[in-house]
Amino acid sequence: MRYTETGFNLEIDLTRGNIERVETDPGLTEIHLGGQGTAGKILWDRVPPEVDPFSPDNLLIFSTGLLNATPVPGANRTVVNTFSPQTNLFAHSLFGGYFGPELKHAGYDKIVIGGKSSSLVYLWINNDKVEIRDAGHLQGKGCQETAALIRQELKEPKAQVAAIGLAGENRVYMATIDHANSSASRGVGVIMGDKKLKAIAVRGTKGINIARPTELFELCNRLRKEIYENPKCGDPMAHEDDETFHLDNFAWGNARERKKGYWNEELEKKWAALTRKVRDRETGCYNCPKTCHAVIKWPGRSRYFLKCFNKLTYLMAAHKELEFNYDILGVTQEYGLDGFSTPQVIAFALELYEAGIITDQDLPGFPPDVEGRFYWLIEKIVRREGIGDILANGVYWAARQIGKGAEQYDHNTIKKFEQVTIKLGKVNPPYFLMYATGEKMNITQIEGSYPQDPLPAMEERERFVKDWVAAPNDKFKQMFLKWEKRNDLPLEASCAICDWNEMMHYIDDAIGLCGFLSSFRGQFGGRIPYHTHNIPDLISLATGMDLDEDRLWEIGRRNRNLVRALNVRRGLRRKDEKPPEDHWKIRDPEMETRLLDAYYEFKGWNNEGIPCKETLDKLGLDYVSEDFIQRSILTDNESIPAKKASALNAKNRVRGAGGGYE
Amino acid sequence: MSSGLKPKIIKDIKVDVDKCTGCRACEMACSAFHAVPKYSSINPSKARIRVIVDELRDVYVPVRAGDCAQAECNGRELYIINGKQYDECAFCRVSCPSRDLFKEPDSGLPLKCDMCEDDPPLSEPMCVQVCPHDALTYEEREGEGEEEKPREELEIGLEALSTKHGLQKVMDALGRMSVSKKG
Repeated sequence: MRYTETGFNLEIDLTRGNIERVETDPGLTEIHLGGQGTAGKILWDRVPPEVDPFSPDNLLIFSTGLLNATPVPGANRTVVNTFSPQTNLFAHSLFGGYFGPELKHAGYDKIVIGGKSSSLVYLWINNDKVEIRDAGHLQGKGCQETAALIRQELKEPKAQVAAIGLAGENRVYMATIDHANSSASRGVGVIMGDKKLKAIAVRGTKGINIARPTELFELCNRLRKEIYENPKCGDPMAHEDDETFHLDNFAWGNARERKKGYWNEELEKKWAALTRKVRDRETGCYNCPKTCHAVIKWPGRSRYFLKCFNKLTYLMAAHKELEFNYDILGVTQEYGLDGFSTPQVIAFALELYEAGIITDQDLPGFPPDVEGRFYWLIEKIVRREGIGDILANGVYWAARQIGKGAEQYDHNTIKKFEQVTIKLGKVNPPYFLMYATGEKMNITQIEGSYPQDPLPAMEERERFVKDWVAAPNDKFKQMFLKWEKRNDLPLEASCAICDWNEMMHYIDDAIGLCGFLSSFRGQFGGRIPYHTHNIPDLISLATGMDLDEDRLWEIGRRNRNLVRALNVRRGLRRKDEKPPEDHWKIRDPEMETRLLDAYYEFKGWNNEGIPCKETLDKLGLDYVSEDFIQRSILTDNESIPAKKASALNAKNRVRGAGGGYE
Repeated sequence: MSSGLKPKIIKDIKVDVDKCTGCRACEMACSAFHAVPKYSSINPSKARIRVIVDELRDVYVPVRAGDCAQAECNGRELYIINGKQYDECAFCRVSCPSRDLFKEPDSGLPLKCDMCEDDPPLSEPMCVQVCPHDALTYEEREGEGEEEKPREELEIGLEALSTKHGLQKVMDALGRMSVSKKG
C-alpha cells in the first residue's frame, strides 16, 4: 500500500483529447519526495531544451505535495511547474487553498498536461471520471466567476477549481492561475492560456492512507495548537495595521524611490478604519489554523482575497493610497494578473511616457490622471491591445521591443523577471548570492531562514540563538553571534546561509508545506513550526519512509541540482546571475566575483555555475551528467573543485537526528 | 431523585459562522477519528461535519450530519443575514437525496455525527478540538427529563424486527416458538 500518495498521475494530452491514469514509480518518491522534486524529473525526461515554452510539447504540471491531504497542518500547497516564455527557464509556482488535497482524494498525485487544445476547454476530474469539457461559455470570465459557474453547471459545490482569467487566455506573461484564496504566479498562467485550458475542477472522495496514524495525528494536533498560538508564523503582516515595513523600506513607483518616514499614526488610523470597514473575514487554507487571507468586499467589486503584500503593491507603484489598491485589486484579480509584477510593468510604462519614449500616439485616449492610466493600461494589457500587447510581455521584453532607450528603464529584473522593489545601501553577501543564483525568480521563494539583519547587542543575539529551533546546527548560531555589520560576513558563512535558505524552500516545495510556517520563518527565531529537525519525522510517520536529517538534506540537494540542470540545459550561465545594478547603492565587483566563485565551489558547480559530474553522480543524477557530456555542456575530463566542495557540503549538513551537530 | 437516574445531559456543538476561517480541519479530523483503524485514513467526504462554503457570498457554515431523510424537502428558503444570502440547505443537517453531503461515498449509506463517542470518552468531539478559532465550541447542558436507561441489546434487536415485520408478527412468532419449545 502507498501511504500519503495515491500512486497515480493523470496524463492529459489536450491536442488529441487523450486522458490516461498512469501508475508512478514509488522509487522516485524515495529520492525526490514529491511536488516540485518529481515534477522536475518529469520535465527533465520529457521536455528537451529545444522545446519552446509555447510549443505543444511543453508540459504544465500540477503537483500535490507529498504531505497534502495528511493531518500535517499547513501542508496544503499545490506546485505548478512548466517552462516560462518570459525567462525561457523553469517556472516555479505554488498556490495554497484546497486544490492539492482534493486532487489526492480524487486519486491523483499530479496532473501532467501536454499538447494544446484547438478551442477553450476545462478539465473536470471527478474521481475516476475525467472529462475535457467545452469552455466557450467561460471565455473572458473572471477567475472566481469561472469557479462559481463551473460549480453551478456541474452541480458540485464541493469541487475545487483553479482557473485563469482574461490575462491567461490572452497569454499575458504576468497571468496567474487562481484558486479560492490563492494564486499561482511567475509564468504558469500564460502557459495554461496557451494550452487553451480555462480551468481545472476537481472533486475527490477517496481516502489517503497514513503509515503510522495515531502518532502522526497526535503530533499534528499539538502542532496545530502551537501554530495557532505562535504570532511569528503565518503572515503576521496580514493582521497588522502598521505598514512601516513595506511602505518605508520598499521602493515606490518603478522601484525608484524609498519614502522613509512616509508612514505615520494618522495614516495608520485611517487605513485601519478603512480595512475594518471592507474586510468581511480572515480565512485560512486547508487544515491550517492561521488566517493569512482577508476577504475584501469593496463597493462595486465582487469579493476577493488579499494575498500577502499585494495589499500595497499597486498603491506604491502609483504613489496613491489604500482606496486605490483595494479598488484595483477587485479588477486585476478577476483578470488573473499577478499583483507583484503587474504594478511594476505599469509603473515602467508611465516612466517611459514621462520620458517621451512612448507618446500619446502609442496611447490613444490615455487618461490624464495616474489612477485612470493604471486602469486603462490594465484593460490594454489583458486584451493585448496596442501598447498592451507589448507590455503584456513583462518589463524586460517590452523594453527591448519598444527600444529608443527604454532598456534603461528596465532596472529591476533578473533573468528577465521583475523583482521585488527593494533598493538598499550596502550588499548583504548571502542576499547577493540568493538574488544571483536563485532559480525561483523571486527572493521570497529563496530567502527566509537566516535573519536579514544582525542584532546590535550581544545580549539580544544570545537570546535569539538560545531558542532558535530552526538553526540546522550550532555553526549558524555562532555565525549569528559574531555578525556585526550587514555587509560583513565571511565567504563561507555567506555560502552556508544561502544554501540553508534555499534548501528549506526545496524541501517545502516537495512536500507542499507552506513557507509561512517553515522556509520563510526561520529568520524570526523562536519555535517555528517546521524545520529540518522535525520534518524528517513527520514524513516518516506519514509515509513510512525511513528518513533522517542527512537524507532530507541530500534529497533537497538532489532536487536543487536537478532544477539547476534543467536551466543549465536551456542555456543558463554565470553571465545571467546578476542582481540589478542599482539593487545596492554601493557595490564591490571584486567581492561579488569572489562570492560567486565560492558559492559555485561550495555547491560543487564549475566556474560557469554548471553542476559538475561528480556532484551530479553522487546525488544519483548520473543521467544528467551523461546528458551534459553528450551535449558538451560538461567536458569528459572536467575536473571540479570537488574535494573542497564536498568538504564544505559535509560541514553544512547536520548529522543524524540523535547525533549532535557540528 | 426517586428513580435514581441522572438528569439528562444534552451534548451540543455551538457554531459561530462569523468565526469560521474555512480551513476544514474539522472535516479532516472527523474523517480521521472515524477511520478504522483510527486515524489511518483521511477523507473529508466521509466526515460527519462539512463546511458549506460560498466564497463570493462570504458564506462559511460548518454543518454536522443529523438524521437521514428518504426524500428531499420542498422548502428552499433563502435567508439574508447581515446582508449575506444563505440557502436554507446551508444550515440543514439532514442527509437527503438532494445533495451528496453526509453519505458514505462508496455505499451511499447516510453518515451521522455521534459526538465522537469513545471509550474512554474524549474531552470534546474531535472537530471542536481542532478548531482553535472557536467557530465550533462544545457544550453540555442539563435537559428536561432524565437520562435514559441504556437499553438492552435484545430489546434493540426486537424493536428492529418489529419495525420491519410489525409488532404483531413478532409476538406471534415468539408465541409459536415458546409453544414448540414446550411441546
